[in-house]
Amino acid sequence: MTPSQVIGQLRDGMSIGIGGWGSRRKPMALVREILRSPLKDLTLVSYGGPDVGLLCAAGKVKKVVYGFVSLDSIPLEPHFRAARQNGTIEAVEFDEGMLQWGLYAAALRLPFLPTRAGLGSDVMRINPQLKLVQSPYDDGEELVAMPALTLDVALIHMNRADAQGNGQFLGPDLYFDDLFCMAAKRRFMTCEKIVPTKDLLREGSVHTLRINRMMVDGVIETPGGAHFTECPPDYGRDEAFQKEYAATASDPQAWKAFKARYLDVANEDEYQKAVRNR
Amino acid sequence: MSDVTRAEYCAVAIAETFRGDGEMLVSPIGNLPAIGARLAKLTFEPDLLLTDSVACLLANVLPLGGAAGPAPIVEGWMPYRLVFDVVWSGRRHVMMGATQIDRFGNQNIACIGPFERPKAQLLGMRGAPGNTINHPTSYWVPNHSPKSFVAKVDVVSGIGYDRAAALGKTASRFHEIRRVVSNLGVFDFNTPSHTMRLASIHPGVSIDDVVKNTGFELAIPDKVPETRAPTADELRLIREVIDPKGFGYQEVKG
Repeated sequence: MTPSQVIGQLRDGMSIGIGGWGSRRKPMALVREILRSPLKDLTLVSYGGPDVGLLCAAGKVKKVVYGFVSLDSIPLEPHFRAARQNGTIEAVEFDEGMLQWGLYAAALRLPFLPTRAGLGSDVMRINPQLKLVQSPYDDGEELVAMPALTLDVALIHMNRADAQGNGQFLGPDLYFDDLFCMAAKRRFMTCEKIVPTKDLLREGSVHTLRINRMMVDGVIETPGGAHFTECPPDYGRDEAFQKEYAATASDPQAWKAFKARYLDVANEDEYQKAVRNR
Repeated sequence: MSDVTRAEYCAVAIAETFRGDGEMLVSPIGNLPAIGARLAKLTFEPDLLLTDSVACLLANVLPLGGAAGPAPIVEGWMPYRLVFDVVWSGRRHVMMGATQIDRFGNQNIACIGPFERPKAQLLGMRGAPGNTINHPTSYWVPNHSPKSFVAKVDVVSGIGYDRAAALGKTASRFHEIRRVVSNLGVFDFNTPSHTMRLASIHPGVSIDDVVKNTGFELAIPDKVPETRAPTADELRLIREVIDPKGFGYQEVKG
């Protein structure tokens, strides 16, 4: 498959879960392909980073479901901030752990999972749809019923995968990528390199094989596909590029130039070429 | 020890917030909280669990910001989902930042202005709602002013004592705002109605300075002690072992 074949299967208004965390191991090649597509009115569910910022800046987004949006080394995501402050997107903000719980509930096909997180905080006020549930046991404790965050599509990026869709993370953290896949109806994975199944244990122990083929509907080899977020051990974050990206938020001319140079290109290969030639 | 800096007093005050924690995961957010937590681990709380800020628990203490030091000794794996598990299990003490905090310890890091259309979008809720309902939480505010210590926070990310009390005994039984450390002093909630109290004042700061910079009425005891000075050994640990590049001094001047 190619990124454009994946994104060609998506429709306006879909809810899309994006793996990774902040500015780390984000499926950016697929995000860039969405930028090149006519898709609109998307709902994003993300431990947000530049995936959210880029899609907001490009006017692709109706709603963002998140616990935070950050570029890590730049704490506040400037394009997301602009979208929030200009009121161009709808915000559904949860505690980080509640977001995990919503994905987990969807993964387990449960309507909700109970949690203490959120009680007493403005998470309850700004999400009036949230309801409490009482423990049916003797304790009778009242808890938040975190609703399942069922996704139309999940997009993730792994270090390695085989052609059948078994994925491998070689960095220190899987984040919640398995839950994104299990919470979604359609699941697509990009990876730095597709290797034969028999070679999957060459670079990492069996514990790194946390995405298996029943969680994945399509796998695409996209070297550099997480750029400019980090994808250790294959590469770190491109801090210079991230700075260049962040600076475009306060300057419409700079955004236009950034867009022309890196985003309005024919495909991912052209993007990677533009990055190399800068 | 007249050459002790304000940042060093803050580091010691932060370390003191972790006294008695024992075998707990300590999550310090910010440079001085990181210095304080490491200082506590190297002195009176050797059993604290500290991460490398990525996904590993480290058995030894490394200097901040990539300064030369010992090789890391990894003692465990702590990816984000395990951190959430620890949060919900309660074996954690976090020191977070607070863009705004009120007299009951309600904290805001989400946004300034109305949530629906913020004047300034900040970090988002992050883990604050889950932290404050599940385990001890302290705050570090390096810029104590009427803009950070406010009568009412715009959005409640971390819940304070009034909101915890309103939830009732069962829901609030794990809630504890241990302490707030600012560049001016140390604050706790040891009052009958759990409102913020000036617990100690950093040398060189007057009670007036604190009152003037606080946007609500603080409980002020008759005698306000000075924040404890670092011992000679603590000073050496801060300067030579934990923060040889001086990141703490960038967060608080003077």
